[in-house]
Amino acid sequence: MLSALLVMTGIALAIGAALGYAAVRFRVEGDPLVEKIDAILPQTQCGQCGYPGCKPYAQAIAGGEAEINQCPPGGEEGIRKLADLLGREVKPLSEEHGVEKPKAVAVIDEQTCIGCTLCIQACPVDAIVGAAKQMHTVVEKLCTGCELCVAPCPVDCISMVTQAETVQTWKWRYPVVPLRVEGKRAA
Amino acid sequence: MRALRKLFSFNGGVKPAPHKAASIAEPIAIAPLPERLMVPLWQSTGAAALPLVQAGDRVLKGQRIGAADGGLSVAVHAPSSGTVLEIGPQPMAHPSGLLAPAIVLATDGEERWTELEPVNVGGTPPDALRDILRDAGIVGLGGAVFPSHQKLRPGAHGTRTLIINGAECEPFITCDDMLMRERAAGVLRGAMLMKHILQAREILIGIEDNKPEALAAMRAAAGSEAEVVAVPTRYPAGGAKQLIRVLTGIEVPHGRRSTDYGVQCFNVGTAFAIHQALDHGQPLISRLVTVAGNVARPRNYEVLIGTAMREVVALAGPRPDTNRYIMGGPMMGLPMPGFDVPVVKATNAILAGSPTLFPPAPPEQPCIRCGDCARACPADLQPLELYWFSRARNFGKAQEYHLFDCIECGCCAYVCPAHIPLVDYYRYAKSEVWAREREKEAADAARQRFEFRNFRQEREDSEKAAKLAARNAAAAAAARAAADSPAPSATAAEPAEPAAEGQKKALIAAALARAQAQQAAAPPRNTDDLSAETQAEIAAIEARRQEPATTANIAGGDATGTSATPTAMPAAADKKKALIAAALARAQAQQAAAPPRNTDKLSAETQAEIAAIEARRQQAARLPPEPAPEPPREPPLEPPK
Ligand code: SF4
Ligand code: SF4
Ligand code: SF4
Ligand code: SF4
Repeated sequence: MLSALLVMTGIALAIGAALGYAAVRFRVEGDPLVEKIDAILPQTQCGQCGYPGCKPYAQAIAGGEAEINQCPPGGEEGIRKLADLLGREVKPLSEEHGVEKPKAVAVIDEQTCIGCTLCIQACPVDAIVGAAKQMHTVVEKLCTGCELCVAPCPVDCISMVTQAETVQTWKWRYPVVPLRVEGKRAA
Repeated sequence: MRALRKLFSFNGGVKPAPHKAASIAEPIAIAPLPERLMVPLWQSTGAAALPLVQAGDRVLKGQRIGAADGGLSVAVHAPSSGTVLEIGPQPMAHPSGLLAPAIVLATDGEERWTELEPVNVGGTPPDALRDILRDAGIVGLGGAVFPSHQKLRPGAHGTRTLIINGAECEPFITCDDMLMRERAAGVLRGAMLMKHILQAREILIGIEDNKPEALAAMRAAAGSEAEVVAVPTRYPAGGAKQLIRVLTGIEVPHGRRSTDYGVQCFNVGTAFAIHQALDHGQPLISRLVTVAGNVARPRNYEVLIGTAMREVVALAGPRPDTNRYIMGGPMMGLPMPGFDVPVVKATNAILAGSPTLFPPAPPEQPCIRCGDCARACPADLQPLELYWFSRARNFGKAQEYHLFDCIECGCCAYVCPAHIPLVDYYRYAKSEVWAREREKEAADAARQRFEFRNFRQEREDSEKAAKLAARNAAAAAAARAAADSPAPSATAAEPAEPAAEGQKKALIAAALARAQAQQAAAPPRNTDDLSAETQAEIAAIEARRQEPATTANIAGGDATGTSATPTAMPAAADKKKALIAAALARAQAQQAAAPPRNTDKLSAETQAEIAAIEARRQQAARLPPEPAPEPPREPPLEPPK
């Protein structure tokens, strides 16, 4: 009886020591939570969440200062992913921060543009090319659709254009079950 | 030879009714030339072609009208001679029903070919051959339309076996069968060309054993060049991975490619197209299309790319209740959004559908987890798990279950007793995953650009701040200097001058001295052995060179002189003036000293002209100084801050 107890205790101690050693030896660097949150955020950098960009918002969420439902471009899915990551409740998008919209890109009316460079300064991702007194253009591929360039334009020549689906970006629809009305059997 | 090869088997698969007999009763027919051709720019995996023509251009048959855009893209060609009507969005042979950019041609009925150049395959390096195939628009004609030149690269360890896929397992479709029967020699020639490009050691031609005529024709053509193997008829024996497994026993695992195992697989139609491209210089402008289903006379047609499907089906006599077309077969085919979509390189068959022939699927019932789908899956997947995860939009999990190994063969849906449109779920899940990947890429790029912009802004701000601070300091110093030495009699009193100014001046003086010393010290290096004439010339040049330098020096001296003269002006402005004066003096001296260079041998007339021009120039040069000249923005000798 005693020997059994001793053996068990010995094994427990040995394993405990091994685990303790492993915990020190193979310590995983503390998960950079901010990075993980930032990876979920859509990087539109629009500031609708109330922070100057996605990273600051990620920091605020990680620091517990912000709710997870303040990012309109991320939408429902973004909130769901954040909730999964952080183990919080899924909640609807907070209305004061905006609504989810289909992705759009800014288009500058090149006839009207006076080359004031104000939009260049506003663009968070350097998606606008141009120089003082030269016509400006949005590089469509780089534009995140944040709309920050729209307000500063003194001649209102920037409009947001929703991106149309093309054959290449088209997605198969979620299969819908055709509902067949079979009068007799339906009852 | 036939008996020697041991065949292997793949798991799963189904045996649907073949429905092939009707369309092989008659030989291949050439579809008549349509009046209008719509050639989509995007007809292959990868990027769309870039148009090379404009509306109104006349084009010849076989002329390249769209160029490949990058490595994963191929060219498109005019299928017949005629005029370009427009380039713009047109209906597309795609289930989305969206319009896609296409080149619309009005044919002129002359069928005038552009000049075709057969390729000397033996004397052309493989890379050049691949480029030729890309520019000939060759893609996989089995339906996947993957650019062939990309597949014709030997794997890391070389390619041992080239497999030519003539299995054609899908019901209704017989175009490969007819091609092998009627054009076996061309198919074999194409296979030989591919073997050459890949440096493969053997060619295996796999044909399902329900096509005895094709087998016989190919055997006759192949002789000892290739081995023609009859494979058991079971859908989907024509899937690349499945055929590779049957013929070689190699099982390509998840995440690997057959080239890693020294095997590459091409469709028989592709082989024939490569033969035409290299041996005749003829690009891919037509293909064989099986027209079957709800038509009176199913048959195979050779159709120009861009012909409206409606016109092709009309040849086979569609029954009046035809309500839709399917591109491809009943198992893997894609529903077409309308009748007027063009035939594209992927169109191996057009099935006319009707409510009775292909009735809408019975309603989906809950999965009973019977496992039939898993037994039928030739890719060894768990279709029911894939279905659950796709349905729940749990795409990460679906990918863990190898969603992307699914070849969308439809075996699982075919056997499912609950009538679940399983493949629709997989297609949905796949396109969602792709869209997410695109979004993720864009987000990553945006994050990087955002971070870089913030970094740049910080840098700019700090630079600006530093500049401002320096300027403020200088202004303060100048102000102090002005306050310290208000005495107009400050005779260039070095000690009285503020440190900054003194330093600046000293630097200028030092630089001038250095330049002078260099000039003076520069000894004639390798001029000793020269003729007297050349030496004289050199001397003249030297003299000319020194002239402006000395004038500048004088000007510089003047400048220091002015600053030395008692003035009430603050030192900074004074110095600026001096610099301007120096620059002007230098320019003038240069002009004055510039000797007539190579004008001696010219005619009197030309010399007069030159003189006139010179005079005008000098006048112009002299004019501007009248109004106060703008000071040069960057003083040439500004000391570093
Ligand atoms: S609201 Fe805009 S800035 Fe804020 S996290 Fe979402 S995308 Fe980024
Ligand atoms: S171009 Fe305008 S909408 Fe697009 S990212 Fe820049 S600021 Fe935002
Ligand atoms: S065959 Fe259909 S019902 Fe059976 S397990 Fe698969 S999906 Fe479920
Ligand atoms: S469609 Fe995909 S999951 Fe279904 S049997 Fe074919 S390979 Fe397997």
